[in-house]
Amino acid sequence: MARRVLPGFGLTLGYTMLYLSLLVLIPLSAVFIRSLGLGWGHFWEAVSTPRVIASLRLSFGASLIAALINVVFGLVVAWVLVRYTFPFKQLIDAAVDLPFALPTAVAGIALTALYAPNGWLGVWLHPLGINVAFTPLGVVVAMTFIGLPFVVRTLQPVLEDLDNEVENAAATLGASGAQTFVRVILPALWPALFTGFALAFARAVGEYGSVIFIAGNMPMKSEIAPLLIITKLEQYDYAGATAIAVVMLVLSFALMLGINALQSWASSRHGGR
Amino acid sequence: MMQTLTQTRGPRRRPQLARLLLIVLALAFLGIFLVLPLLAVFVQALAKGVGAYFAAVSDPMAWSAIKLTILVAAVAVPLNLVFGVAAAWAIGKFEFRGKSALITLIDLPFAVSPVIAGLIFVLVFGIHGWFGGCLRMHHIRIVFAVPGIVLATLFVTFPFIARELIPVMQAQGKDNEETALSLGANGWQTFWHVTLPNIRWGLLYGVLLCNARAMGEFGAVSVVSGHIRGMTNTMPLHVEILYNEYNYTAAFAVASLLALLALLTLAGKSVLEWRRPELRRAARKPRDRTRRERT
Repeated sequence: MARRVLPGFGLTLGYTMLYLSLLVLIPLSAVFIRSLGLGWGHFWEAVSTPRVIASLRLSFGASLIAALINVVFGLVVAWVLVRYTFPFKQLIDAAVDLPFALPTAVAGIALTALYAPNGWLGVWLHPLGINVAFTPLGVVVAMTFIGLPFVVRTLQPVLEDLDNEVENAAATLGASGAQTFVRVILPALWPALFTGFALAFARAVGEYGSVIFIAGNMPMKSEIAPLLIITKLEQYDYAGATAIAVVMLVLSFALMLGINALQSWASSRHGGR
Repeated sequence: MMQTLTQTRGPRRRPQLARLLLIVLALAFLGIFLVLPLLAVFVQALAKGVGAYFAAVSDPMAWSAIKLTILVAAVAVPLNLVFGVAAAWAIGKFEFRGKSALITLIDLPFAVSPVIAGLIFVLVFGIHGWFGGCLRMHHIRIVFAVPGIVLATLFVTFPFIARELIPVMQAQGKDNEETALSLGANGWQTFWHVTLPNIRWGLLYGVLLCNARAMGEFGAVSVVSGHIRGMTNTMPLHVEILYNEYNYTAAFAVASLLALLALLTLAGKSVLEWRRPELRRAARKPRDRTRRERT
């Protein structure tokens, strides 16, 4: 290997590895080592109780719905922001990042205030028989809020790079607006849509702060998995807490690897065009 | 249908109605999900008048929460800044095996639920944790004390600055640095006078995002804090306590300070993106740097 002219490689890489190990890798391994200590029988016992399964089902199910909502509306928002001009567009564009910047606890109490039966939106929804606050629906609303920027921000650069010429060609050949969208534009957006969906989903699964205020937190009904981890910890049931954490971590890591694969697939596809 | 067919000769002519509908739909969605919650925070905070608002914000417990939040961010952000610069230097300027694996590992905390981020430090430093017995013997408290809060915050904000700096350093290559070295500068001078001015905007961008998360983190901090008022209560935790006591005005008053922080962060972020448009794209697509700029 050629002599490295630039100094500091050993120092910076060494520090990076040390800091990463001490702060992230070793503490994270604690969860897995702890759960190994449980043995398979106890582990299974801890994660297969109806309450745990209900909480995992809610966390993953609500995240799925929220991510799908974000895919649909995220596409509309990204499209409008990239293709059209209208007043205050820059401001609105910047506001999309609000869920990243607003502390989750603040989002949680604000959403609860809005959707409570006497809240600004609850007043209208409650007479229609739609109860959002303190139900699983509230969980979906909070998860939609925190996942909102992901789809928009993954789609925007792809939409910006999309060639107008292909669309114009399709239109010149007699395709309607809808046909052009489905046959020409949508195929180019799939990788970004999938990535945005997966990112929003992953974020929603682990979300805690914005959800617990609006969820009502009834066991078996509106109790999310991260809250159950905290409940178990408060009861000194470390084994139970650790077991749920392992299930969530394994699923999240699998998702993250999937997202990485998707992104390299998307960028290679992009480069090949 | 007929109308669109007859319009096809013009370049990119879309039916005005569809355009209007999409804009209205997008704005309605953003209005309900972004603007209303933000508005609700400030309206609820001021619901009982300005006097009640300032009384809530200047309450001693609120003050101690504000001070702790600033303290935690003041420790966590610089530590992650040093790490971010080191990681970006190693990854951005050198080639080595396992680089992409390392980048994935740096992103790992993003894939971990904040609650689990808190849990891992309870498992390591808690009473029943790996070092629990040892720590208790020496009367050192980490969990349910400030060090635990700092650790949990460090974990959840770990990737922010590194993520911003790695693509910036990768894009800049090492030509400038090598020139400086060949002109007789030492390594430290090169970093200080050549590299740092080049990465300063990316650095500021990362610090901004890292700080917002550090001050606003709730889940991870909630697990390790123990919620001792005036001692281990950060601002988001104080909001929760006030809210659970049905003291809504005070809860929203403290929350409004955090919302202001979020708005300032967004404003700063927009200014930086306006000055340096590449920041935003670099942040999203680290592997895709050489694409043509949008026309």
